[in-house]
Amino acid sequence: MYVAVKGGEAAIDNAHRLLAEARRGDPAVPELTVAQIREQMALLVDRVMAEGSLYDPDLAALALKQARGDVVEAVFLVRAYRTTLPRFGASAPVDTGAMAVARRVSATFKDLPGGQVLGPTFDYTHRLIDFALAAEGETEPAAEAEPRDDAGTCPRVTDLLAQDGLIEPSPPDDGAPVGDLTREPVDYPADRALRLQALARGDEGFVLGLGYSTQRGYGRTHPFVGEIRVGEVAVDFVPEELGFPVPLGRIRLTECQMVNQFKGSGTAPPQFTRGYGLTFGQSERKAMAMALVDRALRAEELGEPVASPAQDQEFVLAHCDSLQATGFVEHLKLPHYVDFQAELELVRRLRAEFFRDSDSVQEAAE
Amino acid sequence: MSATGTHELFPSPLRGGGRGGGGAEGTTEPRSAPPPPPAPPRKGEERGRTPSEAGYNFAYLDEGTKRMIRRAILKAIAVPGYQVPFASREMPMPYGWGTGGVQVTAAVLGRADVLKVIDQGADDTTNAVSIRRFFARTSGVATTTRTTEATIIQTRHRIPETPLREGQILVYQVPIPEPLRFLEPRETETRQLHALAEYGSMHVKLYEDISRHGHIATTYAYPVEVAGRYVMDPSPTPKFDNPKMDHSPALQLFGAGRERRIYAVPPYTSVRSLDFEDHPFRVQRFEHPCALCGAEGVYLDEMLLDDAGRRMFVCSDTDHCEGRRADGHVGTGEAV
Repeated sequence: MYVAVKGGEAAIDNAHRLLAEARRGDPAVPELTVAQIREQMALLVDRVMAEGSLYDPDLAALALKQARGDVVEAVFLVRAYRTTLPRFGASAPVDTGAMAVARRVSATFKDLPGGQVLGPTFDYTHRLIDFALAAEGETEPAAEAEPRDDAGTCPRVTDLLAQDGLIEPSPPDDGAPVGDLTREPVDYPADRALRLQALARGDEGFVLGLGYSTQRGYGRTHPFVGEIRVGEVAVDFVPEELGFPVPLGRIRLTECQMVNQFKGSGTAPPQFTRGYGLTFGQSERKAMAMALVDRALRAEELGEPVASPAQDQEFVLAHCDSLQATGFVEHLKLPHYVDFQAELELVRRLRAEFFRDSDSVQEAAE
Repeated sequence: MSATGTHELFPSPLRGGGRGGGGAEGTTEPRSAPPPPPAPPRKGEERGRTPSEAGYNFAYLDEGTKRMIRRAILKAIAVPGYQVPFASREMPMPYGWGTGGVQVTAAVLGRADVLKVIDQGADDTTNAVSIRRFFARTSGVATTTRTTEATIIQTRHRIPETPLREGQILVYQVPIPEPLRFLEPRETETRQLHALAEYGSMHVKLYEDISRHGHIATTYAYPVEVAGRYVMDPSPTPKFDNPKMDHSPALQLFGAGRERRIYAVPPYTSVRSLDFEDHPFRVQRFEHPCALCGAEGVYLDEMLLDDAGRRMFVCSDTDHCEGRRADGHVGTGEAV
């Protein structure tokens, strides 16, 4: 005899206790500290900050610890925390031209003011497992850079190109308030600022795939990496009662300026166009993919046909958020008994009619 | 309806302008429409108050957010069936798991409310338990499993079998609020179709079902027309429940968190399931009564008892089933 199931509460409590135990793993192995995650899993921390839209390395590291290393889950924890924070204003725009660069490469010019700075990069490493790392030894100290004559000045490549009018200028700041997609629902068509917000917090894998698709012909943009730079910028805030900027601190950013071909139109002369990517921390893959997709999403503005997924802003913006995607995909594991029952009833009825009809057809044939 | 009658439809937070919904400093006025005296508690019933979680505002959301949501709700009530965009927040539970319903409930919940949460008709399914606990923790309001005692019922995929009454609010969790979404994926297009009341494509879809299958092959999330104007998704409730929405004395609110939409059916509003003269709308009928309480004309869950195909049909609405059994109704207890 069937008895209605009770005990959901106890089951949930027990599942959570089991989760805590699984998170800790073998108690004989020392527990990870948040500082260890922050320092040694720095790129993972950066990704959680970028997609979590909150610059706080310690909080991101703690979220990763709590989430057992699951990036989307860690992003979720950070976002849910972020949404409860009071907002006292917006910072002044950060000046990436004044960035203290740790890394800066241009694929369009061999040398340029400020130089090419490789910095800490996986590029040109041979991807061979370093078994010496398993021995937990100390690493060799890094070499000190020779000071350059032009050290400290590192103008953006796009600014250099703009001097000759070869690239479209950045649209001037019209002083209009910038939208915030975390506070207002997106109203399509969304302007570029909102699109960039969505891409900046969008899932790295999804944005990467979309960016890649433009390179393979689905909305081709003929891109060149004008520049990628990674480093720290100062964040200033202008309190209303003071009226002058007050430094809040420094944050690490990755910026990508993609330079794209444009043949010109009836109203615009031939010149290069821009795709822009910016992320918290060091994430060149994400910044580059974002810049590709940003440029692809400008298709309509630049009079190009909108035919590919990466050019379709409703497609991109509605699906790039990892939390929205994971929530809706994973909700399929919630009970759907009643809808399934409704479908069962229909399929049974349709099958009964199908077999009744085919029986009568067969009888008629006989 | 009289002015006081209108007030009765909105428990504390929606009453009176601008006041925080039982915010930390707010005092809760006596309800103008107190719920009927609670029936003596049944055995094993969950009913209690717990102090709210320290560090968070009453019912989790800050008062500014609640006001924003209430404005969207008021607009939704004023334009029945119209999807009002709202600035859905990131909630501490996943999108797709009821964040829209949770935000609507948080916005209308007052300290005097009694909350019931069901998922698939049952109070004890895990996600219903989780959401009920969330509000018990963050607001400390009384919770119940009894439809008759609740002032607010948050639901996923069912409408209780016990008829709702004036003063109650039914909050639906909605995954895809746009009834036209599977016919036209673009929001820019669907908003225009609604503006023009251009619902031909939906009728064609239903017609194609009939020509292909002999029936309208939509069994849940069956589209309805509200107040003779907007076509609305009733959320993925089985179409069995659609008739309960029509002229319901309760206020029905729909929250879609991921899609950032709120819509509403005010009390005593017409809700018509789309159909054709020669193919009138029909609800599912079950061949057997509930095996536990013997109820007929209710929605049933099918339980698989073994691998030999034995199954049993029991009430989907667990509160309704328990109530009937407490009143002495008995089913056959037999598998079919």
